[in-house]
Amino acid sequence: MAKVIGLTGNEAIAYAVKQCDVDVIAAYPITPQTIMVELLSEYVYNGEINAEFICVESEHSAMSACVGASLTGARVFTATASQGLALMHEMLYIASGLRCPIVMGVANRALSAPLNIHGDHSDMMGSRDCGWMQVYAENAQEAYDWIIQSFKIAEDLRVLLPISVNIDGFILSHSMERVEVLEDEDVSRFLPPRKPVITIDPAKPITVGALCLPDYYFEMKRQQVHALNESYNVIREVNKDFESFTGRRYDLLETYGMSDAEAAIISLGSTAGTAKAVARDLRSEGKKVGVIKPWVYRPFPEEDLIKAVGDAETLAVLDRACSFGAPFNALCSDVVAALYRYGKSSVKVFNCVYGLGGRDITPTDIRAIFNEALEAAKTGIVKEQLKFIGVRE
Amino acid sequence: MSEIKLGWKSLPIGGVLLEPGSAMRYKTGDWRAFKPIIDQKRCINCLLCWIYCPDSAIIRLEKFVDVNYEYCKGCGVCANECPVKCITMVEEKR
Repeated sequence: MAKVIGLTGNEAIAYAVKQCDVDVIAAYPITPQTIMVELLSEYVYNGEINAEFICVESEHSAMSACVGASLTGARVFTATASQGLALMHEMLYIASGLRCPIVMGVANRALSAPLNIHGDHSDMMGSRDCGWMQVYAENAQEAYDWIIQSFKIAEDLRVLLPISVNIDGFILSHSMERVEVLEDEDVSRFLPPRKPVITIDPAKPITVGALCLPDYYFEMKRQQVHALNESYNVIREVNKDFESFTGRRYDLLETYGMSDAEAAIISLGSTAGTAKAVARDLRSEGKKVGVIKPWVYRPFPEEDLIKAVGDAETLAVLDRACSFGAPFNALCSDVVAALYRYGKSSVKVFNCVYGLGGRDITPTDIRAIFNEALEAAKTGIVKEQLKFIGVRE
Repeated sequence: MSEIKLGWKSLPIGGVLLEPGSAMRYKTGDWRAFKPIIDQKRCINCLLCWIYCPDSAIIRLEKFVDVNYEYCKGCGVCANECPVKCITMVEEKR
């Protein structure tokens, strides 16, 4: 019988990390991720995890320490948010470039200025192209489950890339939910210790991070492209493995009502939950709507997305971050690119920016978006291609 | 230079160098745009070029100096410092 406990998103991630037998944690507390770091340091202090907790003076140092530790073959975790992730920015590229399978919990939060501590995806989208795998959880259960799977995905020798597990700041990080947790032994069985191939070892010296001039740098980047593409299959394998272990099914994306949907919302994270609830109500009124929630944003599951879109005529893509000056925002750009690549550019798309700086998106907002998408499906006309939901004019 | 460069499928992942001292094999002379030519008949073997060369690419011989073109990057410091002006910088033709 599975053990059920009440955990916030932050607590769920810390609990999962505790069970994953990590060797090194180097992290710096920042709202709304603080509790993750506090709990992990407590676990180390209490002897509940046999890990080294490195107290660092900044997020830049946190990620630097993680890179060093990961290169020795250790299993490494860190966590951050917002300005902390921004401060880590250059080290994120070093972690992926040196192929360190670090797992990072991110409690997504807006970026300054103006100063704001609430949830949006600006932080992780700002590091969109840093070569990390990115997962977005809808609730605390998913955050817990993805952390355990993430170590297995990242450390797979076909991948060897860092991965971030994202939870919406406050909405998930601070809300207590029902979480089914595994027994420690079961996690150990699912996730055996890391088996590194090349590690820093004084007995067998190697050089990492050597200067790579124009004659080799490009090849290194090409390797990373390949590794991220490979991660697609590995993620799927690990999802299957996890399902047989827990009965909880994960994939690169989740769909709701898409078998006959005429209009759909595509959203990352917790908002997909609201969208599903509204879609359920609308469907009971006979309206054919659906929801696509990419669990994995990098690698972008475009084939799965196209399959999920099926015969839907209109897609409303929700972005909780702004790509200033871009034709569409991050998620929508990827959706449109995927449709184009698969010869489905006739599907009508509009992009809704929402929830910046933690502004609530309500079921009423979502209902209006669905209705607008249905209207566009019926008339064949998209009224507004780029909308800002709930902003005062 | 003559070294065969591997493609991304064959290189160690993450650009790890698996043995120490491999920089010795990395010839950087092909960065050069200008090549120093020493008129060894006029060289007085004062070794100022040997002292100033930032890449240790001047070779000391018994009566005059020579250049190690595998590492010389053609900066021209030697030609500038030579008191008898016996070093000429000649454009590389590639």
